[in-house]
Amino acid sequence: MTFFIKTSVAVSALIASAGLASADCGIESGSVRILSNDFTAARVVADWAEKCASDTVQVTRNQTQEHKNIQVPALSTNPAKYTVAMVASNSVVPLLNDDLIRPLDDLIAKYGQQLTDSQKIVVDGKIMAIAFMANSQQLFYRDDILSENGIEPPTNYAEFFAAASKLQEAGVLAHPVSSNLKPGWNVAAEFINTYLGTGKDFFEPGSAKLAMDQDAAIEALENMKTMTDYMSADWATYDSNAQKPVWEAGEVALSIGWGSIAGSYIAEDSPSPDIAAHTSFAAAPSLGDHGIPAVALWWDGFTIAKNISDEDAEASFRAMMNGISGDMLAENQDAAVWLIDGYTPTKASSGVLENLKAGARPYPMLPYMGLLHTALGDNLNEFLQGKESAQQALVDVNAAYTAAATEAGFLN
Amino acid sequence: MKHKTFMAFIWPSLLAMTLFIALPILSVGYQSLFVEHEQILKTAETCGPFGCNSQVSIDAEAMAKQRAEQPAGRYNGLGTYTNASHLAFGEISEIVATSKDFNEIRNRIMNLPFYKALVFTLAYTFIVTPLVIVTGFFIAIVVDSIPKLFKGPVIFFSLLPMLVTPLVGSLVLFWMIDSRGIIGAALQALFDDPGLSLKASPTLTWITLFTYGVWHNAPFAFVVFYAGLQTVPKDTMESAMVDGASRWERIRFVTIPYLMPLATFIALMQLMDNFRVFEPIIGFSAAASATTLSYLIYNDLRAAESPLFGSAAATSMLTILGVVILLLPVLRRNWREFNRKS
Repeated sequence: MTFFIKTSVAVSALIASAGLASADCGIESGSVRILSNDFTAARVVADWAEKCASDTVQVTRNQTQEHKNIQVPALSTNPAKYTVAMVASNSVVPLLNDDLIRPLDDLIAKYGQQLTDSQKIVVDGKIMAIAFMANSQQLFYRDDILSENGIEPPTNYAEFFAAASKLQEAGVLAHPVSSNLKPGWNVAAEFINTYLGTGKDFFEPGSAKLAMDQDAAIEALENMKTMTDYMSADWATYDSNAQKPVWEAGEVALSIGWGSIAGSYIAEDSPSPDIAAHTSFAAAPSLGDHGIPAVALWWDGFTIAKNISDEDAEASFRAMMNGISGDMLAENQDAAVWLIDGYTPTKASSGVLENLKAGARPYPMLPYMGLLHTALGDNLNEFLQGKESAQQALVDVNAAYTAAATEAGFLN
Repeated sequence: MKHKTFMAFIWPSLLAMTLFIALPILSVGYQSLFVEHEQILKTAETCGPFGCNSQVSIDAEAMAKQRAEQPAGRYNGLGTYTNASHLAFGEISEIVATSKDFNEIRNRIMNLPFYKALVFTLAYTFIVTPLVIVTGFFIAIVVDSIPKLFKGPVIFFSLLPMLVTPLVGSLVLFWMIDSRGIIGAALQALFDDPGLSLKASPTLTWITLFTYGVWHNAPFAFVVFYAGLQTVPKDTMESAMVDGASRWERIRFVTIPYLMPLATFIALMQLMDNFRVFEPIIGFSAAASATTLSYLIYNDLRAAESPLFGSAAATSMLTILGVVILLLPVLRRNWREFNRKS
């Protein structure tokens, strides 16, 4: 008897939750197929888009860190394998380059009243993507360790290094700093952050010709090298995943890391609650007297595929509107730095928002930026390891970028 | 065997080899001669959450037309092979012209991405291959001489490194040599140097990768040698014993000559395998200190948002060429032996 009661309670609870789960998004029919990166905020948005599923509306998703590598082939077929591609500042570029996503102006006029202007990514007069969250690297610091040693949270790199050497000399921590300097994507992102902090640009205006300011680039490189002096000898293997356990082990007091994982550093289920309670965030330090955080701002958003029926495009857009709706926001305030109307900042978002306020610059959304990113990733480590000069590293970057950009048809 | 019978047996594998090996190689070779079309750029106002500015973007429509006309891209001949990312002829002649001495020439050439990768690949191949053969041989000799009861379990454990997926194996070792890992911490204690990190210095990273290579590949040599040991002729062995040969002399004058053809076979396989070393570079996050030709191909295809197919294809063809050059001496030897016998 009790078994019967238990089962029926469980079953009715299931039915009730299923009933709750399928929100009425007003979509009559269509197929929504989402391709996205795999992180908390992307999962939440896809969860809410999935609530639009009904007898006539199918919602499926593929959330994978491989999304960048499959999006172009998957959207090139006709009809496209996915109707929605969630993208970021850099991964939207190949979709734009190959003309694989559709302008959203009409859909926004009909169904996009909830969007603010800052969410609309406009390229050449047409809205090509909708941003829903911002991201950037930022300063993570241990407020307990800093205050015990009479150190104010650093706002520029001079203070940052002074704080680090004070901690080192006082014998508090042997390697008080960590940052994502793993060769490849990470070290390049770090250089781009630092170089943007000098206020200079990477390219000649209107062309793919690399024109980095030599002095600014060397300043950025020297800054990164100073950083390694305060990092564990394993710094060349540090990416986001490798940094976090080091932080949780309490071996580091100052770290430059991604805002999107700040929430997990202070989460209640953190393996080291004492450290989580004393983890604070601030804008990334600025470089020299340039005064802006040495960091690139990123956005995450979604696009709608071009090679799909108008019906599916409409269904996809409306499902995604539910995915980034106010109701979703109300339940997930701390999952990201949302760009959605009605967002109230939380502790986890403080670093990114301070970057924004202090005038940090966006990651350049240029067709050839990815090539430069790769060239930087492959050629900076020998300098950081002390095997070659900053000048030589820049010459190598230039050679690698020029070869790649020539092959890709951007340079002659 | 009659010609006809031979063909009847061989045609399925010939067909498979043509379809899955020869044709792909041809298509890669073809691809390596082409580069992307010239990109038609336009400047337009671009807006996002962080403000508006005037930015360059690609004129997608005009590009689509070009691609429809010439799907393979722009013919570039051997241009990709000779550019700075590959054989770098231009850079090398400049280096030779502007350097003071041979040392500087060598250092500057070693700084070019292709040659840097080639040097590590060759070092890995020529250090790991002989060590694998020697280690495998000794494991086989030792295992062959232990009591029957333990043979099964010992063979199983000796084979484990080969059974582990290379990427997983290297990741396991990567965490063990971490300064918080069991090997890393033990080495720090042993040398009394808290700053010692196998991941930090290029030399130690190279040694780590070589060690991993031997660890991973030795079981292969062991299995082959062990199988060979079971067939060493007993009468020769016994007559050597009657003649008073010591254990070492029996190995030196009976076993080794008898197993020599197997060593050639292992050398052949290992040269090919080690020349395309790739997984440990990823597993050990070693790209800062060591890159290989296969890593360059992976990087071209995976690092940027848009893959560089031409560049990857050129490196692939150069890798194939490298394998052919490496195997020539071994193959020539086999060919001569074959001719002598027939």
